[in-house]
Amino acid sequence: MTSGDPAQPPRRVDRAGIIIAALLAALAAVLVFDARGLQSTAMYGMGPEAMPVVIAIGLALLAIGNFVDALRGNLPARESSDPVPVVLILIGLALLIAIIGFGGGFILATSALFVTTSAAFGRRAVLVDSIIALVMSTLIYLAFDRLLTLSLPAGPLERLL
Amino acid sequence: MDTFAALAHGMAVAIQPMNLLYALIGVFLGTAVGVLPGIGPALTVALLLPVTYKLDPGGSLIMFAGIYYGGMYGGSTTAILINTPGESASMATALEGNKMAKAGRGGPALATSAIGSFVAGTIATIGLAFLAPWLVDFAVRFGPEDYFALMCVAFVTVSATFGDSPIRGLTSLFIGLTLGLVGIDKLTGQARLAFGVPELLDGVEVTTLAVGLFALGEALYVASRRHHSEEKLEPVRGSLWMTKEDWKRSWKPWLRGTMFGFPIGALPAGGAEIPTFLSYSTEKRLTKYPEEFGKGAIEGVAGPEAANNASAAGTLVPLLTLGLPTSATAAMMLAGFQQYGLNPGPLLFAERPDLVWGLIASLFIANVMLLVLNLPLVGLWVKLLAIPQPWLYAGILVFATMGTIAAKPSVVELSMLAGFGVLGFLMRRFDFPIAPVVVGLILGPIAESQLRRALAISLGDPMTLLQSPISATLLGIALVALLAPFVLKGMGRFKANED
Repeated sequence: MTSGDPAQPPRRVDRAGIIIAALLAALAAVLVFDARGLQSTAMYGMGPEAMPVVIAIGLALLAIGNFVDALRGNLPARESSDPVPVVLILIGLALLIAIIGFGGGFILATSALFVTTSAAFGRRAVLVDSIIALVMSTLIYLAFDRLLTLSLPAGPLERLL
Repeated sequence: MDTFAALAHGMAVAIQPMNLLYALIGVFLGTAVGVLPGIGPALTVALLLPVTYKLDPGGSLIMFAGIYYGGMYGGSTTAILINTPGESASMATALEGNKMAKAGRGGPALATSAIGSFVAGTIATIGLAFLAPWLVDFAVRFGPEDYFALMCVAFVTVSATFGDSPIRGLTSLFIGLTLGLVGIDKLTGQARLAFGVPELLDGVEVTTLAVGLFALGEALYVASRRHHSEEKLEPVRGSLWMTKEDWKRSWKPWLRGTMFGFPIGALPAGGAEIPTFLSYSTEKRLTKYPEEFGKGAIEGVAGPEAANNASAAGTLVPLLTLGLPTSATAAMMLAGFQQYGLNPGPLLFAERPDLVWGLIASLFIANVMLLVLNLPLVGLWVKLLAIPQPWLYAGILVFATMGTIAAKPSVVELSMLAGFGVLGFLMRRFDFPIAPVVVGLILGPIAESQLRRALAISLGDPMTLLQSPISATLLGIALVALLAPFVLKGMGRFKANED
């Protein structure tokens, strides 16, 4: 295998693959640890602790499999990835959770998510998007609250309606 | 014939005006959501689940049937017009369909896919109606050990046998199985993997997982690689209608596609990718116009589209008769049943025939509605596709989180949704399949309880799994399906070394 051949890139240890294998192994450990706290009350057959152990064994084997794949560099090629939009959307989700958690209501929460996501996809007109988001989420709120009688969390804005 | 009487009864349920309205709303909403790029039928069903919360089970299942077929149809429209298939089963359609749209033949491409879907859906639903009672008769003889073995087959075929990498497929499955453990153990009342968080005692909600993995994960993934390429929407130019020549070239692929799609969909192997690609390669081999393939051959749209729809109806066979979901979409349908405490299977056929046969009859009606609704309304669907990407994904995320906010507006549940979103993003980035996670979550707990029941009956003797001929056969199939990809891969490597 020559390093200059584009069809056969040199196989290198894939660091992300190693991390995935480590996470799977950690998950298996968590399962076993959790299963140890369970009491087996079944007189015959298997108790509640048996299945977690079986799955943990499976996860451990898969951790080894993923580890071997990563060492051989067997993972499929990845294209470059831009972290900025991902972080923006995650900030939007965090805002949504915080606003709902502190009783800010449905309209403000989803509007925050709308504006950050739209920004993540390259829009820079925050003000226009905010207005669109507020109008849209108000309409959704009214439709769900009045037509489908599903209760969405209410905050200061919802109480004005 | 029993089937005819049952089906006629189902028709009587389905054509009640309210139920017709539900079917119409379902078809409309399903198409509208399914047509959005990146949204496949599974996500369409997951997103629209909250809309059906307040309906009675009958009405909501009928709406579901509409959403399901509508979502499938919407997906193929997207595949043809912007070449971004929302699911791998539409990839074959995108191959030729998008080329046709580029050549100004988008109208006939949409028409042959709509009519082909109708033909295939109708034939496959008839197949479902006749196969289901027969399978139900067979399934009532299943003991718990047989069900457990059947689920093992589904686990293996969904994750390992047909994917790119059995290791990554099985990894996805085991992540799903792990999530399935969370919550109170039904037999002993002990909490597993809840870590003292009260919200976790009820377990992981299937809709939360599916919406997180599919909607949030997809949005994060598309956002992360937005700098690579812009999607291009092909306008529908020229006539919408198929010429006589188009009809002549389409009808055989429709029927052949159905023949591939229905049986493969009905086997607990899952996935519409195999029948669509089989159909594509068959049409490519049989066509009189091989030079057109790769440049927009109508056979390459007609066949795979029919195969896709027929296999969708096929997956309803194991779902309704055995309670066995073999695709992500079927798993979401099962979640829809479960929100009313209904468990599909032989018992449901006996206890609620109105519900099951009403659903099957609604599939026929939804099919007719789609045909009538979609071709004339294609202009509207195309407008939906023209929504600028930032607003489109922002709207999708608002819609996606709304379902969870409406069902369980807790910080824990929303954090889980966000966490599953990140998981879905990472799995896309590192090329792990998503459907096995959903199937693992929903089937894992059922498989466990069947196994424990079987072992309790046999007084703890595990040999019971091999003493039942059905179970022994199924476990053998599962083992072969598990080992086959490794053996084949090993042989492939051996050959490669020889060269």
